[in-house]
Amino acid sequence: MNKRMSAVVIATFLFGVVFFGTSTANALEIKREKLPSGLTVLYVERHELPIVMATMLVKASPLQEDPLKSGIAYITAKMLNEGTTGRKAADISQEIEFIGGSLETSTNNDFTTISLSVLKKDVEKGFDLFSDVVLHPSFPADELARKKELVKGTLKQREEDPSFVAGRRFIREVFGEHPYGRLVEGSVESIDVIEKADIVNFYDTFYRPENSIIAVVGDISHDELAGLLDRYFSFWKAKREQKDAENIRLQKPPELKQSRIEVIDKDVAQANIFFGGLGISRDDPDYYSVSVMNYVFGGGGFASRLMKVIRDEMGLTYSINSFFSANKYQGRFEVEVQTKNESAGRVIDEMLKQIRLIKAEPITDQELQDAKDYLIGSFPRRLETSRMIADFLVTVQYYNLGDDYIDRYRDYINKVTKEDVLRVARKYLNNDNYILVVVGNKNKLNL
Amino acid sequence: MAGGIGTLAIVRIFAILIIFVFGWPLVASTAVQEFTLDNGLKILFIEDHKIPLATFQIWYRVGSIDEPAGKSGMSHLLEHMMFKGTPHYGSKVFSNLIQRKGGMDNAHTSKDYTMYHQTLPSDAVRVSIELEADRMKGLSLDSKELESERSVVMEERRMRYEDDPQNLLYEELMATSLKVQAYRKPVIGWMSEIAAISRHDLADYYGTYYSPDNSFIIVSGDVKPSELMPLIKKEFGKIPPAGNKLKRVKTVEPAQKGEKIVYLEKESAELPYILMAHHVPSFPDKDSFALEVLSTVLSQGKSSRLYRSLVYEKRIALETSADYDGLSRDPFLFIIGATVAPGKEMKDVERALLAEIEKIAKEPPTAAELQKAKNQVEASFIFARDSSYSEALYTGMFEVVGNWRLKDTYITGIRSVNPEDVRDVARRYLTKENRTTGCLLPQKTANAYE
Repeated sequence: MNKRMSAVVIATFLFGVVFFGTSTANALEIKREKLPSGLTVLYVERHELPIVMATMLVKASPLQEDPLKSGIAYITAKMLNEGTTGRKAADISQEIEFIGGSLETSTNNDFTTISLSVLKKDVEKGFDLFSDVVLHPSFPADELARKKELVKGTLKQREEDPSFVAGRRFIREVFGEHPYGRLVEGSVESIDVIEKADIVNFYDTFYRPENSIIAVVGDISHDELAGLLDRYFSFWKAKREQKDAENIRLQKPPELKQSRIEVIDKDVAQANIFFGGLGISRDDPDYYSVSVMNYVFGGGGFASRLMKVIRDEMGLTYSINSFFSANKYQGRFEVEVQTKNESAGRVIDEMLKQIRLIKAEPITDQELQDAKDYLIGSFPRRLETSRMIADFLVTVQYYNLGDDYIDRYRDYINKVTKEDVLRVARKYLNNDNYILVVVGNKNKLNL
Repeated sequence: MAGGIGTLAIVRIFAILIIFVFGWPLVASTAVQEFTLDNGLKILFIEDHKIPLATFQIWYRVGSIDEPAGKSGMSHLLEHMMFKGTPHYGSKVFSNLIQRKGGMDNAHTSKDYTMYHQTLPSDAVRVSIELEADRMKGLSLDSKELESERSVVMEERRMRYEDDPQNLLYEELMATSLKVQAYRKPVIGWMSEIAAISRHDLADYYGTYYSPDNSFIIVSGDVKPSELMPLIKKEFGKIPPAGNKLKRVKTVEPAQKGEKIVYLEKESAELPYILMAHHVPSFPDKDSFALEVLSTVLSQGKSSRLYRSLVYEKRIALETSADYDGLSRDPFLFIIGATVAPGKEMKDVERALLAEIEKIAKEPPTAAELQKAKNQVEASFIFARDSSYSEALYTGMFEVVGNWRLKDTYITGIRSVNPEDVRDVARRYLTKENRTTGCLLPQKTANAYE
């Protein structure tokens, strides 16, 4: 490597120090820089344990897929560590496992992450492998054939799980042709038609420094990190112009004019029930009011009304919870619950009753306070480990939550009023037009 | 929102990979401070002040292994009832108080122990101390609450077992490979026995096993013993010990003489699945270290032997496993398994697994394989130390099988394993006559074994 270049890159890698949360003992000193390549770097130094965690977020997900080739974002990510221009698949797993580390990829509705976990003494080796799989994957044809087989096989095995079957149908009903209506893994049919050329094309288009964010957390000094980034990521160049990157027009989720009930017959002991509809996006101003409302309604474990009534009092389920997937685009609201086939009708009736209740009257002062205390008080637990911090940082950056997010979160939640909660309950908990999916034994279901 | 969702989980002993504790002394040696009250209650502190969070765990030395005949699932049902109120607090009040502090609480029951835990801001640990002491002093065991919770547990059983073919095969495998020893019963219990447990049974069981001399506390994270011990002493100090009420029934499984095979036919199964269980000793038996290394060499990661052979080269399996739960109070099992890939044959998968067993029983692993396994075990222990919960968990698992100081024995033991040791334990334990094979057959291919 050119020594002068090297010096230049290090010189520009002077972090602008940004304090996320300065007012509490949980304050994290987060440093941030944009490398000349366009890659955003976030960094937290922690020396208590000799470990280093890194997470790379790439804006590549089903949102960018050709619907006929759904699963391509997932397969592309899974193929990163199955061969590079310099290493075979077996070399990559052998090298990372020999040092007791891990290098894993994951794709969700909005983005892909590549995560490195290593001991400090192996950080050089870790970054070598990390950059190799992100920058130089070769997508060997025989490895792709294996991967497609494995993904299809796993999809088949998951059919054993009635909750998987119900959840898959539910998102399809809620989102229609919008990418959030598909499994991230794609389907057996769509995976079949994915070719190596498609993957290379997808990679070249979306895996680019200015489309990515890396967070590094752990036992590593500023200078050590600057050196690693210089050696392993400074010459990352996109293979293609950015304008090609956002070329897919997203289908709109269908408008729901009346409730739809889908029953899938399966020889199971329990009915697996999914209920809900469209929800909010992450940047919706209602996000914090919805967080409080959902905690009280069904997201707050034993503090939530659904658990209190349907599990604790009626004994009808082991778990019931409600959830808002606040994604980049409008996500979903869902309640998931399992109960023996015979009591499915009772559970659904009670859940609808609880929706009517929370829409009819404001929650109590105590409920409001409990929800706020939990949401604010639990925040530090979300940042306990270096792995959690790294994952959190790239997500905050991706959703543009702001440099002061940790500090502001308390205010966002404290501002929510009972009136806000009532308003968002009425707006998002729809008991007139909903999607209801039940996987169960049709002969025993009592809907 | 995390909170208490999915609370009251049974530890899924199988398939949860708990990598045992060991590592370089500098990193591995967690400084533990030990205290014991007059009534026998032991308290372990692990200080770590990097963030203002703490974990409080209380472990009762009671699990399905201690249950009387006809009452399987009693430990687990009692665990659920611990959340359903005391003379002083109503159902779920404990959980709600913890959540108000921003904390989370949960519990799990295993074959060997029942553990309750809270992770919360460190200034709120007092809540844990007061309320755990309260539910050790007395429990409501209200009849109406019991009936509702019994039905919750039955739903849990339906979800985790009846509707999960692979777990159901595991249950069959336990009941077949172990003919007398208590681990043969599922931790969650058989449905008819969950139905038969009375309030009186639970009160009796609680009275015996939920006592200070049958439990220990671990507090980890941003805590100081000097600040918390007075409160612990005040809250727990007067609880009477069980003394000689504590009974342990020790059943020894007779040596197995010949392979056993069990088939499970299930319409809802999509793919065949195979498990092979072998009787093995538990830690601190001298063979336990080599068995731990053996399981790592066979199944840890994509470069492991089983994955390489069955998933990568032969392409006949979707996943493979080799689990050794060495930190068990009694001898347990070494279980090798694989999910058969679509369109592939169970018999080919079985043959390939047996070939791998034969290979390692014949020839020791290479020095590099052995080093990799040791590195993997060590690193995952160090990674686990980043969380106050897992740090306490790793310490508690050694205390359950004897004493937390055994962790050092374990570290030394793993480090001293040599390639021949690994070959020898494979040769001695992974034998045909010591094996029980379980096969899950999707109903459409159920005649495959005829």
